[in-house]
Amino acid sequence: MVKRFPGAARPAVSQLTLEVPRGELVALVGPSGCGKTTTLKMINRLIEPTSGRIEVDGLEVTSAPVHELRRRIGYVIQQAGLFPHRSVAANIGTVPRLLGWSKARTRERVEELVDLVGLDRDLLGRYPSALSGGQQQRVGVARALAADPPILLMDEPYSAVDPIVRAHLQDELLALQARLQKTVVLVTHDIDEAIKLANRIALLNVGGILEQVGTPEEVLRAPATPFVEAFLGRERGLKRLALHTVGELSLPPGPVVQVEASAREAEDVMAAHGTDWVGVLDSGDRLLGWVWKSDLAAAGTVAALDLRPFRATVHAGATLREALDVIVNSATGVAVVLDGERYVGMVRLEQVSEGLG
Amino acid sequence: MSASVVAAGPDSFLWWDWVVDHGDDVRQRLLEHLWLTGLAVSIGFAIAMGLSIVALRFRRTYGPITFVTGFLYTIPSLALFAFLVPITGFTTLTSEIGLVSYTLLILVRNIVTGIDGVPSAVKEAADAMGYRPWRRFLSVDLRLATPAIVAGLRIATVTTVGLVTITALIGQGGLGAFIDDGLSRNFSTPIVLGAGLSIALAVVLDVLLLGVQRLLTPWARTDRRRAQ
Repeated sequence: MVKRFPGAARPAVSQLTLEVPRGELVALVGPSGCGKTTTLKMINRLIEPTSGRIEVDGLEVTSAPVHELRRRIGYVIQQAGLFPHRSVAANIGTVPRLLGWSKARTRERVEELVDLVGLDRDLLGRYPSALSGGQQQRVGVARALAADPPILLMDEPYSAVDPIVRAHLQDELLALQARLQKTVVLVTHDIDEAIKLANRIALLNVGGILEQVGTPEEVLRAPATPFVEAFLGRERGLKRLALHTVGELSLPPGPVVQVEASAREAEDVMAAHGTDWVGVLDSGDRLLGWVWKSDLAAAGTVAALDLRPFRATVHAGATLREALDVIVNSATGVAVVLDGERYVGMVRLEQVSEGLG
Repeated sequence: MSASVVAAGPDSFLWWDWVVDHGDDVRQRLLEHLWLTGLAVSIGFAIAMGLSIVALRFRRTYGPITFVTGFLYTIPSLALFAFLVPITGFTTLTSEIGLVSYTLLILVRNIVTGIDGVPSAVKEAADAMGYRPWRRFLSVDLRLATPAIVAGLRIATVTTVGLVTITALIGQGGLGAFIDDGLSRNFSTPIVLGAGLSIALAVVLDVLLLGVQRLLTPWARTDRRRAQ
């Protein structure tokens, strides 16, 4: 499809063909002027394409009256775009009201949504101006989901909130998406946001030229064009690390002994691993701490020693990027991987590199 | 100079006994004044709303519309009535034509600016939710433009209350009739009474409209804590 604005020398979107699989979150990413927002707005016909066709579920978007199409597509924008003259409850109930739902049904749905997006029900009676930016954004998402549309369009939804709130909202969106499996098209200029949230990333260049579509892993591993490579930046490897978890690695057990082990056994383990320290586990595989080889020589048994706690630990669900951070900050060059209290293994720089395979 | 300003006698600034004797007249003139004002502002508002909708829908018409209403606004009221009387006579119609024309510029300007001032993100969100154009106009655009629109109504009302005093010259009554009477007899009491009541009426209506605006825009209150 093509979009050419009257009076513009070049089209805003040129020859774009893009498929968004059902239940996936596709991020449209690119610099200003790449036509990502224009593309998004052509889906719910806030902007009409100059030529080409857009289909939703195999039906062309022009086949039904535009207001009916839009009521089946949730829309979330920057700074939420809430109705300032309506309470939070009325804002969330907008589409149900347009669809003519009963008051009771709307109310029930609004309460369900408020819980879903993690807002306090006490806020229902407030006006948007009394909410924080993060709360407004949650109301915006709740409003978009009100009539349970199969499709959600999000236009730079988090660019107006501070980084801490943004990270929270992104995590919430991931959790929501895991439950609801909506087909989401997200526009962002923030490649890290796209990598974090999207199943698939579409990179657009100025003039609406599609440079590459692929999973975050594919795009980061093999940028298709110099533009993509430049847009992804110099830390592609680090960004890829953020896509994998420590749990995906096959981890060696590392230099550990049971607390009942003799000094001799402990020394053997250290020798085998080439370390001058050893970790100590209890019978439930919980990591109790570690000891120096020299301490062990003086004490005779492991059990008799005061154990030093491990500080460099990561959870098995952590990303490789987080693990790397722990490793570089660890004196031993090793991060201990825990699953809850249970000891899983130890991760070193080599395993992190292997993880990128 | 008389010893007292009020109540002393026919030569005082405001002879209270005369006012009391003319209590019925006062009530009637006040009601006439209110009626002429209310009618003019209502008709003016209806016409202005129509013109504003045209101006908002077809942006190119906004210039000509403000030019014409601005032109009407600049015509001196006395001259306008003098011009109309030969055509429409000493009638309410004559006075209302004049009064209504003076409200248009103020009202059109305020309605159009008010609606233009509704944040575009809010309008876009409303469209994207699936509002049809008219429903959006009525339940989003107009509601959010209420403060600007009521501000226009307040100015138009206050102006009209003042102008209605002049319509007494073409025999339409109102508080201007007292002023007229006083001027023709060189008698200050009715002049003071008519002018004073006219000012008081303008102030009261202004405050009432402000109250209406606050009722209509609960979200804009300074203690913006709760909807209910």
